[in-house]
Amino acid sequence: MVQFASDGRPLPSPTPVSQPFFDGARRRELMLQRCPRDGFFHYPRSRCPDCLGDDWSWEKASGRGELHAFTIDRIGHDPALSSRIPFAIGVVELEEGPRMTANIVGCELEDLRVGMALKVEFEDVDETTLVRFTPR
Amino acid sequence: MGKDAGAIIGLTEWTPKRVWDEPMFGMEACARLAAEALEDAQMDKDEVDGLVIAGLQDSPMFAPSALAEYLGIRSNFNEVVDLGGATSCGMVWRAAAGIEVGACDTVLVLTPSVPQPPKPEARKGPGKMRMPPYLGGDAWGSPQGQHEIPSGLVAATPGFALAASRYMAFHDCTQEMLAKVAVDARHNAQSNPRAIFRGKPITVDDVMNSRMVADPLKLLEIVMPCFGGAALVVTNKSRAQRAPHRPVYVSGHGEHLTHKSITYAPDLIDTPVRIASERAFRMAGAEREAVDLASMYDCYTITVALTIEDAGFCPKGQGGRFVAERDLTWDGGDWPLNTHGGQLGMGQAGNAGGMSHVTEAVRQIQGRGDGQVPGAELAFVNGNGGILSEMVALILEGA
Ligand SMILES: [Zn+2]
Repeated sequence: MVQFASDGRPLPSPTPVSQPFFDGARRRELMLQRCPRDGFFHYPRSRCPDCLGDDWSWEKASGRGELHAFTIDRIGHDPALSSRIPFAIGVVELEEGPRMTANIVGCELEDLRVGMALKVEFEDVDETTLVRFTPR
Repeated sequence: MGKDAGAIIGLTEWTPKRVWDEPMFGMEACARLAAEALEDAQMDKDEVDGLVIAGLQDSPMFAPSALAEYLGIRSNFNEVVDLGGATSCGMVWRAAAGIEVGACDTVLVLTPSVPQPPKPEARKGPGKMRMPPYLGGDAWGSPQGQHEIPSGLVAATPGFALAASRYMAFHDCTQEMLAKVAVDARHNAQSNPRAIFRGKPITVDDVMNSRMVADPLKLLEIVMPCFGGAALVVTNKSRAQRAPHRPVYVSGHGEHLTHKSITYAPDLIDTPVRIASERAFRMAGAEREAVDLASMYDCYTITVALTIEDAGFCPKGQGGRFVAERDLTWDGGDWPLNTHGGQLGMGQAGNAGGMSHVTEAVRQIQGRGDGQVPGAELAFVNGNGGILSEMVALILEGA
């Protein structure tokens, strides 16, 4: 579900399973689930997408990754974000393995390159915290 | 499968329009499409005993039974297909397979995409065709709503742009190469009286000078959403032999999906059409070299380059060079692709847009193409749903 922030942008509605991810973000920790057999996975799930086991645990990730793919939204595909264009959307491959979708901030849009080194940062929006990445 | 499977014997296809001035409820549109397709097939409605649809706005639950009741059909095979842009190709093989296993004999495949009459309290009409940006990801509990939508990864274009960025970072592919897909599609659209861009050919420079929408994708590399509609009649071998048009058999098919959001694709640029096509060619007992005509889902230029290479028509990474160096036109091209103009040239009329790749291949094999390619006997057709997510491949062959 999508809720809208006081500034109009779309925000996640955490579920009981995903709440620890968003709670971690509020503490400035990037949290990932780890299966004892298959390693880290993202997004948060009730069971490991490799083995369907439920004996995973939450662990703090390094927050480091690299830009796997990116685009720049020039027109505001989501009308709720059209006041923010142009902005960068990235697929980030985390050092731990999983990929994550996030905005890439703190760099000129023309400097974005597939493969560039990134680190996590956080932005509090109302009661929610968004995970974003920036060059390192 | 092969020639004991169902054959497509009749079709109808409406001219895509940006604004549709004749609103119809889904069942009304299905009734008109059914009448037209059965007329084309010279088939009596009472012979229909199967319905394959993609849901109905005017009966969101119990759609097949509501439609059977509305059309006065006693139906033995009833499918609702939910595969985004791959829905139409997914519908075709389900109809053919239903016939092959003996579940039914004649199936109507219906893809209306028209606006409903406005509700009594509505102040204005339906306006232009627009896709809802969240594509269902705003449902409570949806992972997409929590992990993609807040970043602006919505609708389809940004997701395809992500795949394009990675593809162009690792392979020999420039924006000019991809632009050629749009140019040849527009060229082919000039032969199609139903194409929204008939009378509007373009050049590579036009594509390159068009507005950047989501880097690296530019406006003229992106389909125009439209209203429209299409339908097929699929029937068994014995009935197909008395049809007025040449039967077109669904001799092979494959379907593969792994993800909804491109972020979680096993590989962003190794698409599900690879496995779908391997299955389709194996089932049909056909080689890539036997393909006379390709009819590939072309929501974006990058989709075509990826489909050509992942379906095995050129080595991995060579799709950009392939589309740039081969002539994809219907009139003299050495590799005719989307001879109707594709959706880039004809317009993307919802599921009827995906169906246009099927109807064009059928018309070509039946020898009644608008831009007819000589000797079109075997066609490769595919559909792509979601963000390179859900892909269906079909081999269609003349009897
Ligand atoms: Zn596991």
